[in-house]
Amino acid sequence: MRWDLLAEWIIKAIIILVLLLTGFAYQTWLERKVVSKMQYRIGPNRAGPFGLLLPLADGIKLIFKEELIPAMADKVIFVAAPVVSMIVALLVFAVIPIGPSIIVFGREVTLQLADINVGLMYVLAVSSLGIYGIVLGGWASNNKYALLGGLRSSAQLISYELVLGLALMGSVMLTGTLSLNQIVNAQAYDFWNWLVFLQPLGFLLYVIAAIAEVNRAPFDLPEAEQELTAGYHTEYSGMKFALFFMAEYINMINVSAIAVTMFLGGWRPPFGFIPEWTGPIWFFLKVLAFILVFIWLRATLPRLRYDQLMNFGWRTMLPLAIANVVVTAIAMALRPTPGANTWFVVAVGSVILIIAALLFYRSWSSASMRRRAARQAS
Amino acid sequence: MSVLLFGILAVLALITAALMVTARNLVHGVLMMVANFAVIAVMYITLNAPFVAVVQVAVYAGAIMVLFLFIVMLIGEQQLTFDEQLGGQRLYAAVLGLLLAGILLITLVSAAPYAGQSQLTEEFIGRQNVQLVGAQLYTEYLLPFEAASVLLLIAMIGAVVLAKRRLL
Repeated sequence: MRWDLLAEWIIKAIIILVLLLTGFAYQTWLERKVVSKMQYRIGPNRAGPFGLLLPLADGIKLIFKEELIPAMADKVIFVAAPVVSMIVALLVFAVIPIGPSIIVFGREVTLQLADINVGLMYVLAVSSLGIYGIVLGGWASNNKYALLGGLRSSAQLISYELVLGLALMGSVMLTGTLSLNQIVNAQAYDFWNWLVFLQPLGFLLYVIAAIAEVNRAPFDLPEAEQELTAGYHTEYSGMKFALFFMAEYINMINVSAIAVTMFLGGWRPPFGFIPEWTGPIWFFLKVLAFILVFIWLRATLPRLRYDQLMNFGWRTMLPLAIANVVVTAIAMALRPTPGANTWFVVAVGSVILIIAALLFYRSWSSASMRRRAARQAS
Repeated sequence: MSVLLFGILAVLALITAALMVTARNLVHGVLMMVANFAVIAVMYITLNAPFVAVVQVAVYAGAIMVLFLFIVMLIGEQQLTFDEQLGGQRLYAAVLGLLLAGILLITLVSAAPYAGQSQLTEEFIGRQNVQLVGAQLYTEYLLPFEAASVLLLIAMIGAVVLAKRRLL
């Protein structure tokens, strides 16, 4: 047993937890501020300067709120469900590299908790367990809206998980590894080596599927207020509700971090001449950009209907994700020499992107034709 | 150290399996099965097979058991009673169970001389686990792999036929 190694892991784990939880708190503040700016309001401005103490006030309020457990609820599972959600959300970050190796007090420390060789699979496996928190919370509440919300959510998550995994496979094939650290290193040193330029369609599909995975607008059907009150967390109050809330926001950070790692060069600066120790700053900025996109989408787009969601997932996203994998495989098999000839993959990638655009256009235009036909018939 | 770890994991696996079979509430039973899969996944990690462990969690615990849960909730657990509906089959069940136990015992005894001689040696651990699994799967075990995928396809078509019988 190497105690110094153990101490290093524990310290890193604590730092990650603190960063994620503060990140969550200020994400809620940022979301309120940005949405209110977009809606021509002022937003939070009471607690502290610019409302900066609002997350703290929220936390204190939620801790002191009464916790209700419905009389006919399955008590053990009702209490366990938010805990499951939260644990799963916190586990994902363990394999994400947030910087290069640095020297601290004379020893080399990697800015990553664990570089396991199946890192990406670990992320997918752990995040697929997140469904349990939602489904069990909905079921244990013994409330029909909560149950319907939970079922809807599980159907949505299972459908979009497929696309999510397949969208990442193109990058895995190009880099030939599942270790997130090696995937980041494969994207060194300048920004044109980032995988987003080799896998434009994969990136697009991943981002859309990721929004569906974290139940954000426009895919927030499990929490559609008009139909299901608050969905799976209707019966939750106080800290138990806060745990669900935290899990949702931390998952947003997680999917952003994975998108950054897989497609945008991870912690690597955009240019080779920028020193590597600035890595964590670049990582933070990239993740922040993603979170701003999430907030922006929420403030802009209306919610989808359930049949639209399923059609889009199975008939547009999944075929495109499979096509992306197949074409990437063909391109890799056909390139003259393995490795350096990235231009070939780029060319093939743009061809798929054009086909994808055509497919998207066709599905949209046929939908609008159906609408027109329905209008004329009525 | 590893023997102790195996002991703890084995006990946990047996406890969760027993709780799964005896659970009065179907949802609890499903959850115990998920816990069992998780314990087995940890066992795979101790055997230096992280890929298999992760697949175990992603496929079984993350996808298949969620569908189980989904169906239990849709049908409603009240309608899935524990009354004896297959009374006449108890005898067959006992015989087949003993047969299976016998086969497992024979396998265990015949494998005992090879205990500790793991196939996954240092050479395997150092290299990328996933690449090794993939190479084996698509060269040596290609035919069983394809057969399994056809089997799954047949099952899927069968489910569609059963569900859509009136429309066909």
